[in-house]
Amino acid sequence: MVSEEEVQHIAELADIGIGRDELPPFTRDFNAILEYFAVLDRVPGGEAGTAEIVNVLREDMVTPSLPQEEVLALAKAAEDGFIRAPRVM
Amino acid sequence: MVRGATGRDPLNAFITLSEIPPRGPGRLSGITVAVKDNISTQGVETTCGSRILEGYVPPYDAYVVDLIRNEGALIPGKTNMDEFGMGSSTENSAFGPARNPRDPARVTGGSSGGSAAAVASGMARMALGTDTGGSIRCPAAFCGIVGLKPTYGRVSRYGLVAYANSLEQIGPMAGTVADTSLLMEVISRHDARDATMQDRPYFPKLDGDIKGIRIGIPAEFFGKGVDHAVAGQVRKAIGVLEGLGAMTVECAMPSMEYALAAYYVTCTSEASSNLARFDGVRYGPASDYKKPWHEAFQECRMQHFGPEVRRRILIGTFALSAGYYGKYYGKAQVAREHVREDYARLFRDVDLLAGPTMPTVAWKIGEKSDPLAMYLSDILTVPANLAGVPAVSVPCGTVQGLPVGLQLTGRAYEDEQVMNVAYAYEQGVEA
Repeated sequence: MVSEEEVQHIAELADIGIGRDELPPFTRDFNAILEYFAVLDRVPGGEAGTAEIVNVLREDMVTPSLPQEEVLALAKAAEDGFIRAPRVM
Repeated sequence: MVRGATGRDPLNAFITLSEIPPRGPGRLSGITVAVKDNISTQGVETTCGSRILEGYVPPYDAYVVDLIRNEGALIPGKTNMDEFGMGSSTENSAFGPARNPRDPARVTGGSSGGSAAAVASGMARMALGTDTGGSIRCPAAFCGIVGLKPTYGRVSRYGLVAYANSLEQIGPMAGTVADTSLLMEVISRHDARDATMQDRPYFPKLDGDIKGIRIGIPAEFFGKGVDHAVAGQVRKAIGVLEGLGAMTVECAMPSMEYALAAYYVTCTSEASSNLARFDGVRYGPASDYKKPWHEAFQECRMQHFGPEVRRRILIGTFALSAGYYGKYYGKAQVAREHVREDYARLFRDVDLLAGPTMPTVAWKIGEKSDPLAMYLSDILTVPANLAGVPAVSVPCGTVQGLPVGLQLTGRAYEDEQVMNVAYAYEQGVEA
């Protein structure tokens, strides 16, 4: 069982935010889903092999990219060729 | 911008109705192809069914959009979907549920529900959907149309807004097998910008000749949770294939026991990483840059992501966290191997597997409020995504007036054969 405090902690790690009123239903659904995942305990074998899918890599060459103005126009807070972001410090 | 059901779009099949013109004459000239709203369209809003991308206008076309426009397709608009593809009913769209043309009180299935509704109601002749765990096949089955999830690596995902990269594929949907096949032919072109892509284009082979083909019927596809009437209808359809010369073999797929759990652990883990990019800084709604970044991002994401998206990010973050990784993500990858091995073993003896696409017919809008109950409805579609093999849903009659889908699954890169058997069935029933 995962507690409401743990759900709150995971929500903070994931930066999704969680309201006080949401905690009980989120925790309840979370536990029901984890209970269902317990079926994985019965899976035989401990290591997954490497799948046969291989990456197809291209040559490392410079190719045209989107114009800076077009891309910056999508940001709500662009300024002098930069995007204003929340402060980290 | 008008959202939700309108006079022009009573089923709420579209999030944005905006005509995107063709670029040249070709095999899709005169044909309308609706495009799911998680596939980028240059100059036309692409929301993924989410408030966090409301107002986002991509500066480029996805490769599949390029391809269909170059072949003459007219795109009537962007179709409704569960937010970021997370759902099996299209009820998780931030812009309201799409409605099933057969019964507007019922769901279309999801997550490509708008694409299915657009085709089934005649608003578009074909549509592009995406399928991470059944999102093309489920709505195709519920709305009574054809939908193909191609082999992983056969259609470029360049310009698709990623949700679970190792599972998802773009694929074609249409009213007939021939139309679905034509759209698949157009979109399966090699693209170096998708590093998981193989240069193995699809060449249709619809001759309807299935004499001597061996079809496996896994007992688990008719097991617990599968509605009796739906199972009966699918058994009848398999009888039609036998009548056309196919040989059927009863078989078992034991990994089905944990396939669904493996799928949900994998897709939520990938989602927790993929969706970390949506922070409102580079596009979408602005984060408050005056606040510290954790606070700003949490505020923005809480306000603009719906509950199912946040639930999946939460589960995925947990499944990848130190101390739980081995128990959840690690084990899910082992289970995924078992699913692949099951298919490999079965496909040594049979050419194809057949069963129902969905365990039930379309449910009523609002009927399934418990997230786990919704997840369980994906049990028959997720194995193909875990293994990367092609699977098609083709309509096979109705139960109480609601469409049922026959699901045919084949070996990797044998999409042609899967489609040919679907074609034989479709023609066999019409004859």
